[in-house]
Amino acid sequence: MNILVCVKQVPDTTEIKIDPVKNTLIRDGVPSILNPFDGYALEAAARIKDKDPDAKIVAVTMGPPQAVAVLKECLAIAADKAYLVSGRTFGGSDTLATSYILSSAVKKIEETEGKFDAIFCGKQAIDGDTAQVGPEMAEHLGYPQVTYGLEAEVDGDGLKVIKEMEDGKAVMGVKFPCVVTFTKPAWDPRYPTIKRKMAANRAEIPTLDDTMFPEMDTTRIGLKGSPTHVKKTFVPQKKSGGVKIQEADNETGAKKLFELLSGASII
Amino acid sequence: MEAKTKDLWVFVETNEDGTAKNVGIELLSPGKMMAGKQGGSLVAVVIGSGVDAAVNDAATHGADKVIVVDGPEYKQYSTDAYAIALCTLVEKYGPTSMMIGATNNGRDLGPRVSCRLNTGLTADCTALDIDEESGNVAWTRPAFGGNLMATILCPDHRPQIGTVRPGVFKKGEVTAANAEIVREDIHVDAKDIRTQLLELIQDVDGEKVDLEGAEIIVSGGRGVGGPEGFAPVKALAEVLGATVGASRAAVDAGWIAHSHQVGQTGKTVGPKLYIACGISGAIQHLAGMSGSDCIVAINKDPDAPIFDVADYGVVGNLFEVLPVLTEEIKKARA
Repeated sequence: MNILVCVKQVPDTTEIKIDPVKNTLIRDGVPSILNPFDGYALEAAARIKDKDPDAKIVAVTMGPPQAVAVLKECLAIAADKAYLVSGRTFGGSDTLATSYILSSAVKKIEETEGKFDAIFCGKQAIDGDTAQVGPEMAEHLGYPQVTYGLEAEVDGDGLKVIKEMEDGKAVMGVKFPCVVTFTKPAWDPRYPTIKRKMAANRAEIPTLDDTMFPEMDTTRIGLKGSPTHVKKTFVPQKKSGGVKIQEADNETGAKKLFELLSGASII
Repeated sequence: MEAKTKDLWVFVETNEDGTAKNVGIELLSPGKMMAGKQGGSLVAVVIGSGVDAAVNDAATHGADKVIVVDGPEYKQYSTDAYAIALCTLVEKYGPTSMMIGATNNGRDLGPRVSCRLNTGLTADCTALDIDEESGNVAWTRPAFGGNLMATILCPDHRPQIGTVRPGVFKKGEVTAANAEIVREDIHVDAKDIRTQLLELIQDVDGEKVDLEGAEIIVSGGRGVGGPEGFAPVKALAEVLGATVGASRAAVDAGWIAHSHQVGQTGKTVGPKLYIACGISGAIQHLAGMSGSDCIVAINKDPDAPIFDVADYGVVGNLFEVLPVLTEEIKKARA
């Protein structure tokens, strides 16, 4: 059993603040973290390895050199090997270009690590929130996909995946090789042990750079190879003119709210 | 691929009983405006099994044409069957743009289809227009957990595709049906459907939570303090005929099932009235409900960010405010 987990280093969006004067995002000092959904994907792989200690977990990320930090975190938590995909010509890629590069990287890594039975991804990254790279990788590779996974177990020559639906859950069966994207289950990823943490710090992480993909179609990567372009960004406007009721006692406040709502025919 | 027409397509997702999911019909409203600006027709694409009700719904909500793919292999959604059907249709007709509702299935299908067609996809849009300068669709969506909005164009690839959040747009008025109905026979072999639905698991509390279709939602957050703290929230919801929602804090604490969650990692809602009780208003929550027509907030912290988006706010203890409000409504309706 050979599992590839795709991860991304993201800014912690819960720590992002808006500059009230310039009305722009303040990104300075915002910590970079392992995308939480990717952590759930890694934990899902770790739970498979708990039952099958011979299973191998490989982590991969595409990003700048400092993204090795999240790979070390993956090694500390559960991964056996890790690869960084990094290159100047990869910069500015949208999801279609990113998924093309990553699917090329999968084939490259398989030359060393052997064929992957399953590729696990987070449902989406919390900076872009697109939820596109996983399914697009599946399409590039020609693999079936299951999205919104909560947990996965090996079942013969495939996986049984419990996935989240709008009104409950479903158990899906899918054969290897496949792509599964994970959303938030009822648990968090395990904490790394001190021993694993120390080993992760020492680990050599190979980099696959853009010179190592001679067969790659360079018209499909980077900013130029991306079909979508950002025209503008802006900070959402706050609503103004709301009525705020502040009364000394709650009963008066509640009655005042009722009068306002029924007066405006809202209830 | 090259566009063969200036038509704008709306993918209308169906339920197993052949009715349309709300979001597909909602999207026909902005679709009409955009198709007009693009100089093409508005086409609804309905895929499913026994879908006459959905076809009729699309035809009476502004579609100029409805393309129907009806077959038993589409009764349950599968990535493979739906991607084959939709890509076959796009290659045959060549629309210039296409919108898909950002449901779980829509967000599963959109990237698969756009990748197969080698075109761009903008996910989870909350505002739509045509860019005056270029004539492309201007897809506007939140990023960074709702802290930032971005407007995205797909200038050189066709069709331009976007998924759009449910509840952002309102269904239009019902009109007489003039739509041309085109039936396409696309058969997908069972062996080409590589995922299998083995079992459905209903939520523990057994109820079906329809937040996206709700007209009124009463939500509880960290301030309710525990599972029993939802009692006054549920009581108010009951007199109003409302659906109960929750913030991520309440769901993460295990006080209520995830199916009730509103926000970035839950549902996006757009009811006529949203009552937030004990919810501070983290940007991730606001991203899921700020499209509501009227927002009421009850929170004991006068500086809670929820008051920035509220039309009416009460600074106070929800355990005292809610019962009085519930009683007043009961009295008025008695």
